Amino acid sequence: MATLHTRSAARLMIAPSVLLLLAWMIVPLAMTIYFSLLRYNLLMPGMEEFAGLSNYTYFLTDPAFFQAIFNTLAIVLGVLFITVVGGIALALLLDQPMFGQGIVRILVIAPFLIMPTVAALVWKNMFMNPVNGLFAWVAKLVGLQPYDFLANAPLVSIIIIVAWQWLPFATLILLTALQSLDEEQKEAAQMDGAGAWSRFFYLVLPHLSRAITVVILIQTIFLLSVFAEILVTTNGGPGTQSTNLTFLVYAQALLQFDVGGASAGGIIAVILANIVAFFLMRMIGKTLEA
Amino acid sequence: MGSITLKNVSKVFGAHAVIPSIDLDINDGEFVVFVGPSGCGKSTLLRLIAGLEDVSDGEIVIDGKKATDLPPARRGLSMVFQSYALYPHMSVRSNIAFPLKMAGEDKAVIDKKVADAARVLNLTDYLDRKPRQLSGGQRQRVAIGRAIVRQPEAFLFDEPLSNLDAALRVNMRLEISQLHQQLKTTMVYVTHDQVEAMTMADKIVVLNRGRIEQVGSPLDLYHKPDNLFVAGFIGSPKMNFISGAPAATYQAHTIGIRPEHLVLSKDQGTWRGTVGVAEHLGSDTFLHVNADSIGTLTARVSGDFAVTHGDQVFLTPDVQRLHKFDEKGLAIR
Repeated sequence: MATLHTRSAARLMIAPSVLLLLAWMIVPLAMTIYFSLLRYNLLMPGMEEFAGLSNYTYFLTDPAFFQAIFNTLAIVLGVLFITVVGGIALALLLDQPMFGQGIVRILVIAPFLIMPTVAALVWKNMFMNPVNGLFAWVAKLVGLQPYDFLANAPLVSIIIIVAWQWLPFATLILLTALQSLDEEQKEAAQMDGAGAWSRFFYLVLPHLSRAITVVILIQTIFLLSVFAEILVTTNGGPGTQSTNLTFLVYAQALLQFDVGGASAGGIIAVILANIVAFFLMRMIGKTLEA
Repeated sequence: MGSITLKNVSKVFGAHAVIPSIDLDINDGEFVVFVGPSGCGKSTLLRLIAGLEDVSDGEIVIDGKKATDLPPARRGLSMVFQSYALYPHMSVRSNIAFPLKMAGEDKAVIDKKVADAARVLNLTDYLDRKPRQLSGGQRQRVAIGRAIVRQPEAFLFDEPLSNLDAALRVNMRLEISQLHQQLKTTMVYVTHDQVEAMTMADKIVVLNRGRIEQVGSPLDLYHKPDNLFVAGFIGSPKMNFISGAPAATYQAHTIGIRPEHLVLSKDQGTWRGTVGVAEHLGSDTFLHVNADSIGTLTARVSGDFAVTHGDQVFLTPDVQRLHKFDEKGLAIR
């Protein structure tokens, strides 16, 4: 009886926050769906009319759409690959006892604290700029032609910038996981004749699997919606070479003033994100159980 | 085969000498127990033998070969850790097979050796489970299984029973002793529990502050402790120490008498006292007696001896079994 009572009491207590969250999510979603069904252009206020699914047809047949999907996936996968591999490597290095460990760790975490627009501008103007950039200077120093990263390889450049920002996050999570590895297990493996590589593959990597899963899940959520870095560096260009789904929706709404089309794009992005989440959970969610 | 010799071995952490200098011989097939209070350096000594710590000075010889600079894996030793240190994501089978896999053994050979080890340790039914699905005692056996498949020159045990409950500890104690009888391999065992040391060892090494206080068979240490530390550490309940005037009558600075060597009487004896606490174990009774002008003495009497708190008793030491110590705490013989 007591448990039944406390359970219903608990439901009652939780209800307000659940309702608030529901409203918080449902209202914008419903409004977006509503807008996506309208012919709604900001240049023609007051002329909204029901348009059926034509906004969706328009958005889905836009050649930029497939480019955007490809770019979105490329950014997510590219950044995940760099941050997970680099994060493991950095975490292994930072786990070694060394002089000035505390300061080094703070320095490593610093990029994560820099806001995306600033980070992207620093990269654009101080590193990748073909005239004043550091990379151009290095290229000239060894007698090479400076490379215009953002014009010639815009997507890769953005992946590098975003990976640089997320590397500290991955490193931090993986480092803490690494530090929780039982010292005696490592010693046991040492006694069992496992060399450094075997210890890494049979002991450290399985131990890190859960942390790696967390890194992948959290980063995917944020990487699907990379925006500031694109806006301040390439503006989605040249052409649509570095336009991802978020940027495409932005362009639709605020550069072409087509709220209806942008809303349709937003709904498509939500559906795609859910598909990604579904596969992600099926593939690696198992590691989080037990 | 599995003899281990330490020559002048020392270990210094920073400015702190954990082990100043130790010489020790461990013969092939012997069950040697390092015993001492916590912080006495017994685990460090074991880790030095294992190669998990580098010696600061001195030489370690295993099986006649100089092993001081060899990495742990090449010393031919196996170790069972206090936390068992099983690999949590591997099945019991893979755990036991791991050292063989690392040695690059053939798959068929590995399977056979794992099956053999599992049979010896009653683990056959659990081979496909993960360590977290096992009880403490079973985990302990897996750790031992992982140690025996390599057929090492010697086994090292680092307080392997301290995470088990009391009943299981007694069981595992017996199992490890039986395993030693079966395998006849050298075993070095570290514990802070003198009961484990007494029951299992062929040879006990009593350590205190990084120094060897005494080396000997369990009964040697019990009957002929070299000094106050060993006398107080070996034996349960602890030996009674009396110094001052009563000791002077035996021409000693301190005398020691074990609780079981005090004769109790209700009407006459050497020392008079009142019973403080009586601990009834059934077969025995431990009496904590407040003796006049001496202090609290512990006595072990037969369970039939009927006394309770506040009763007056007389205690007489068995002079044959009295231990005498000089002012430096060394035994006078």
